[in-house]
Amino acid sequence: MKKSQRTPYDGIVIAAPVTIPYVRYSIESAQWWIGRALGALVAQAGIKASDIDGLCVSSFTMGTDSGIGLTQHFGLCVRWLDTIPLGGASAIAGLRKAARAVQARDADIIACVAGDTNHVDSFRLTLENFSRFNQDAVYPYGAGGANASFALIARNYMRTFGVTREDVGRIAVAQRANALRNPHALMKAPLTLEQYLAARPISDPIHLFDCVMPCAGAEAFLVMREETAASLGLPAARLLSTIERHNAFADDPMQVRGGWAMDVDELYAMAGVKPDDLDIVQTYDDYPVITMMQFEDLGFCKKGEGAEFVRAHDLTIDGDFPHNTSGGQLSVGQAGAAGAYLGLVEGLRQVLGTAGPTQVRNARLGLASGFGMINYDRGLASGAAIFAGPSK
Amino acid sequence: MIDPIKPPRRKNPLLRTRLPASPPRPRSRTSHGFTRAAAEGRFMLQRCEACGAFAYPAREACPSCLSSALAFADAPRGGTLLAETTARVPSDVYFRERAPWRIGLVKMDCGPTIVAHLHADCAEDAPVRMSFQLDKSGQAVAFARPEGETPNMADDRQWREMTADPKFRRVLVTNGRSVIGQEAVVALKAAGAKTVFVGVAEPWRPFAGEDLLRRQEGVEVVALDAADEKSAADLAADIGGKVDILVNTTEYVRAGGLLDRKGTSIARDEIDQAYLGFINLAQAFGPAMRMRGADGVNNSVAWVNILSVYALANWPAFGAYSASQAACLSLSHCLRAELRPGGIKLMNLFTGPVDTEWFQTVPPPKVAPRAIAQAIVSGLKGGLEEMYVGDVAEEIRQRLAANPKALERELDK
Repeated sequence: MKKSQRTPYDGIVIAAPVTIPYVRYSIESAQWWIGRALGALVAQAGIKASDIDGLCVSSFTMGTDSGIGLTQHFGLCVRWLDTIPLGGASAIAGLRKAARAVQARDADIIACVAGDTNHVDSFRLTLENFSRFNQDAVYPYGAGGANASFALIARNYMRTFGVTREDVGRIAVAQRANALRNPHALMKAPLTLEQYLAARPISDPIHLFDCVMPCAGAEAFLVMREETAASLGLPAARLLSTIERHNAFADDPMQVRGGWAMDVDELYAMAGVKPDDLDIVQTYDDYPVITMMQFEDLGFCKKGEGAEFVRAHDLTIDGDFPHNTSGGQLSVGQAGAAGAYLGLVEGLRQVLGTAGPTQVRNARLGLASGFGMINYDRGLASGAAIFAGPSK
Repeated sequence: MIDPIKPPRRKNPLLRTRLPASPPRPRSRTSHGFTRAAAEGRFMLQRCEACGAFAYPAREACPSCLSSALAFADAPRGGTLLAETTARVPSDVYFRERAPWRIGLVKMDCGPTIVAHLHADCAEDAPVRMSFQLDKSGQAVAFARPEGETPNMADDRQWREMTADPKFRRVLVTNGRSVIGQEAVVALKAAGAKTVFVGVAEPWRPFAGEDLLRRQEGVEVVALDAADEKSAADLAADIGGKVDILVNTTEYVRAGGLLDRKGTSIARDEIDQAYLGFINLAQAFGPAMRMRGADGVNNSVAWVNILSVYALANWPAFGAYSASQAACLSLSHCLRAELRPGGIKLMNLFTGPVDTEWFQTVPPPKVAPRAIAQAIVSGLKGGLEEMYVGDVAEEIRQRLAANPKALERELDK
């Protein structure tokens, strides 16, 4: 079957990037965090809650609630509603759906929000109940969640392409440098490459600073048409292109590439830009080796050249390849599904020029990617979006 | 290469006995196809009856052609280890206590990739041989071992968690008067058991084979009449804390069914000896065994029953005996569930008529007591839950699976 040509995003914008600062543990519920994010969206955009006519929610810890319960909980009357359980790909997937909904005028203002709480035991419970394949064929092996599964992927990737821990460590170290400028990052101490290498092993070759810290928090943004934003006087970023892919390359015996590699040409063609044109890049960094994979699959270098790319570039805010400028999940923390939003929300602030201490000078064109759902032996979901600030 | 395990030192009675933890237990219903395979020591995967593709993990439709005809079928065990990792700080209590724990991803020659526990001698890019084993929660897990034999192979720490190897363990064989019991003692000693306690009712009465038992080093004859509640309790008070494997060799075989017997006296004896004897043993020894499931190298690991295969389908010629065995089989499932929190395996060996006096009139083939003893050891070493010993037992198993009604009619002759 021939693939059809996609409709461009015509005048679709994203506004009001919101972050509710993270905490390591919270006795509050996921609903509490999501409520804070919705409140911040309304306050930041200067709208009333009743102006929101679409809602898209992602969370691991809402218990028996889905988006519908939240409408009544928060007094929202919407005509478009979605709940997206795609882990690290939830932000891109939510953005895509919301963009098409406002484009088709099924809704005018859609609030996309992700939030999770983190009780002392909630991370383990999430792991235990993650998916059927995980329950049947991964969790009984003591994998204890993603660490061991990603360790296998990392081990194979590093052996296949001759990547060392130093290479991977550069990503984590650069992100920590960025995080030191982000007052909301949970990691406050500097990290040297020596410290990275000396960290205790978690599940070889994954060591402590390869892992994200589970925490509580929320992130959100609004999706609308350009004229809506203009009428509200809201600064907004234009959505140029997106891709999304699930269960790609199922025949690869082990994951050495994500779904981005299938769709990356379309991502840049639809946006009408080249990888070199991007001012900032926000990858999904639940492990730095996955970020290295994204540098390859998103077209910044060829497969197998990720390590060389990292060695050749400065990934910090002031560097030649500003990447995960907030510090990323590795240094800010992983607030469950909000981890999917973290890069996109920070990227929006960058192209809107509102990133404050982490602001990259003259950032206009940004890319954010997502990756998630290690259902069995690999991450199944991937996505990416390119967006531009108002002056581009 | 791994070092041989060392004989455990005498336990310090002042130290707390570490309580057993269980690895994660939930599984989908379909996934219990692997449990069935593991229980019998088979290696089975789902295979699509439409396109022939093997699939893993357990699925409800074929990922190659979406056919729903995905039956569990015996599968080739060969594969290659693609990547390994050592989990050092797992969040699960069972694994955290046993960390570092090594797992890997194996590409099977027949197609699927399987996350598996690894034997220490497995190496990346090298061939492995896969099996499903029952772990300490009684559920099936994939286990990869090197393709060939390696030195001290069975001493691997992770492998020993999956099995009930008699090596360095202390065993109670409940009935030393029977030939099966005596052969079991010899086989278990040969397999490296540290001590074999042999129960003998009224030990002052001489019996055939007694000299042989008493002459063996590491064999202790102890007074035990399983049918006597007090006798079982007295022995447990003495040695209950050091029984790592219990082999229930109670035998009480009498011919006859219902109409050619008068009254219930023989049936009462059958129930007293086999069924109530089983209850006495379980109540006397089960609780301590369940407590000691994580008690070091010589932790408590297994309970073995020798049952007649006619527990599964009544053989009218030995009809009341068959019924007493069926009662024991049912009770064994209860005991399996109650021992499970301790990680104790319950293995049932099903045999056809054994070559002993009480089956004198039955034509061959009959099972040699030595074959049963060897099966006990191999089942313990393999960590099995069900074994069928001898041609008759295997045939009954197959005929029962094929058509229970046909088997019922065929046994009536």
